[in-house]
Amino acid sequence: MLITKQDFRRVSDYLWELPTSFHPQMKVPVWLFADDELLEDALGDLSVTQAVNVACLPGLVGHVVVMPDVHQGYGMPIGGVMAAKVPGGIISPGAVGYDINCGVRVLASQIDYPSAKPHLSELASALYRNCPSGVGEKGSVPLSLAELDEVCRKGAKWALEQDYAQPEDLARTEEFGCLVGADPEQASKRAKDRGRGQVGTLGAGNHFLEVDVVEEVADPDAAAIMGLQEGCLAIQIHCGSRGFGHQICTDYVQDFQLAVIKYGIHLPDRELVCAPIDSPEGQSYLGAMKAAANYAFANRQVLAWHTRRSFEEVFGVKQAHLRQVYDIAHNMAKIETHQVDGKEMTLCVHRKGATRAFGPGFAGLPEDYRPIGQPVLVPGSMGTESWVLLGTELSDRLSFGSSCHGAGRVMSRARAKREVRGDRLRHELEKGGINVRAGSMPGLAEEAPQAYKDVSRVVNVVSQAGIARKVARLRPVAVVKG
Amino acid sequence: MFFKVLDTIDANLMKSSDSLPLAGFEEVDHTADWAYRVWGRDMRELFVEAAVALYAIAGVALTDADPVIRTVQLNGVDYESLLVAWLNELLYLNESEGLGFRQFDIQQLDAHHLQAQITGAPVQQWTKFIKAMTYHNLAIKPSDRGLEATLVMDV
Repeated sequence: MLITKQDFRRVSDYLWELPTSFHPQMKVPVWLFADDELLEDALGDLSVTQAVNVACLPGLVGHVVVMPDVHQGYGMPIGGVMAAKVPGGIISPGAVGYDINCGVRVLASQIDYPSAKPHLSELASALYRNCPSGVGEKGSVPLSLAELDEVCRKGAKWALEQDYAQPEDLARTEEFGCLVGADPEQASKRAKDRGRGQVGTLGAGNHFLEVDVVEEVADPDAAAIMGLQEGCLAIQIHCGSRGFGHQICTDYVQDFQLAVIKYGIHLPDRELVCAPIDSPEGQSYLGAMKAAANYAFANRQVLAWHTRRSFEEVFGVKQAHLRQVYDIAHNMAKIETHQVDGKEMTLCVHRKGATRAFGPGFAGLPEDYRPIGQPVLVPGSMGTESWVLLGTELSDRLSFGSSCHGAGRVMSRARAKREVRGDRLRHELEKGGINVRAGSMPGLAEEAPQAYKDVSRVVNVVSQAGIARKVARLRPVAVVKG
Repeated sequence: MFFKVLDTIDANLMKSSDSLPLAGFEEVDHTADWAYRVWGRDMRELFVEAAVALYAIAGVALTDADPVIRTVQLNGVDYESLLVAWLNELLYLNESEGLGFRQFDIQQLDAHHLQAQITGAPVQQWTKFIKAMTYHNLAIKPSDRGLEATLVMDV
């Protein structure tokens, strides 16, 4: 399917529409947030073709949203949002992806960079030592099957009960760290076998733990409420539901191959397999997905606890207070209410490589965040900047309350490995003042900054389009990877 | 563009042909994940080569411990679903039990069932983490190399 710039209608400087007339099977149009350059990037791989495939699914409303950090995935593009009617629409495990509730947590400190600088190497080593990462690494919190079920039901609340959390951490987490309705009975024993030894692990691939400096504050009032202070350290934790979520998605993508036959659903790509949301199959997946989402909230919470004790080891207990800014998912399906064509509708919003970005007044925020809106955390590539944004009211109408989730890849992992040597990259990063601790040099090379888009350009698009607004820019000073 | 469930593939393709090249695989570029094209002279060879490729791409080394033998039994709606289930089974055996495999004896294979005896050992090294094998645009197709498929992995 050849798609060119000429196939789009330019809605505004930062929004493009691919109408349903583009393909006879499209049920809804595709809305792509991009400037001219990022549109060209999106057309450089199969991202938009995959978005067209998504737009062919039954039961969708409004439009398929494509974020400026989009890149080709498997089924749904990474950086895609789709919304299905509830009831009457579908839910798709493939459109959520294997790393259910992969997400980002940001913690803020009051340790200023000049004081911290002589200790950053020691801090990076402590984080690498205390936060298990890499292929096959087991966690520090082995669980019985009954305990794992508790994690699935309670999410970050389980971590609070086990003293891995502070009450404010939960208040400052999407859904307060616990999706209601999680049903561990709908997760297979295989999923539990994979997941029970992995709570409190970072994993490998693009997951990371990063220490940053708050380099620039665009909205001082909002930054102060969040606890972000210019010139001080902040921490990002990026990981998800580990083998537990991977196996749940694997199981349901396999099972739903039969469900699509049963319900007569025609698919453009079998990875987009789905079932009616009100069917037994759809409800079963929703319960299992929520269990994995809660597992991921607990996982990031335990990693935050490891991060805090690493800071205490290096800076002492008094200095090391880390306040949670927010924790947000970027691979999830959620039942939400949004405005569609002026009407309020209940929808199953699938976000794959996209974050929720609700504006001021949203009741699901802690009291201090309600006037400013929900924080949106946008990690950049390793070695470049990251951003903390806020959701807007406009995002409800334009993007089902969603925004971008990162920089977005432009170079394949294979090419990055061909063109970049991990040891040289590490040397370059360290020369630039970034302490690197990585278990795998080829793995480091795959995540080289040149493999990603310019995150500031991505953030500029969502900001100009009005679906998020800038609060603070972060610059990395230490990176830990598996 | 839209898939339909294929439960029959030309019976001739289920038989080996000596005139075809040997089974093999090659990596295919993908922006975010890993993909590989695999081929075999018949369906069984395609399944075995897909498993060999998985371990090669993941950079797996096995220990010299006593061999571990497992029987794998899978059901599916067609060959593609069995191929995905087969490779995901191997990923599961690694993550749950730390096992890798080097010999694959496919004892039964039709459009809905697979039975195989696989022989391997505990994994010494697994370099490249793979979350899952996906169905993305997956179709087993006849080619001048016998049967061919392109598999995309989430990494």
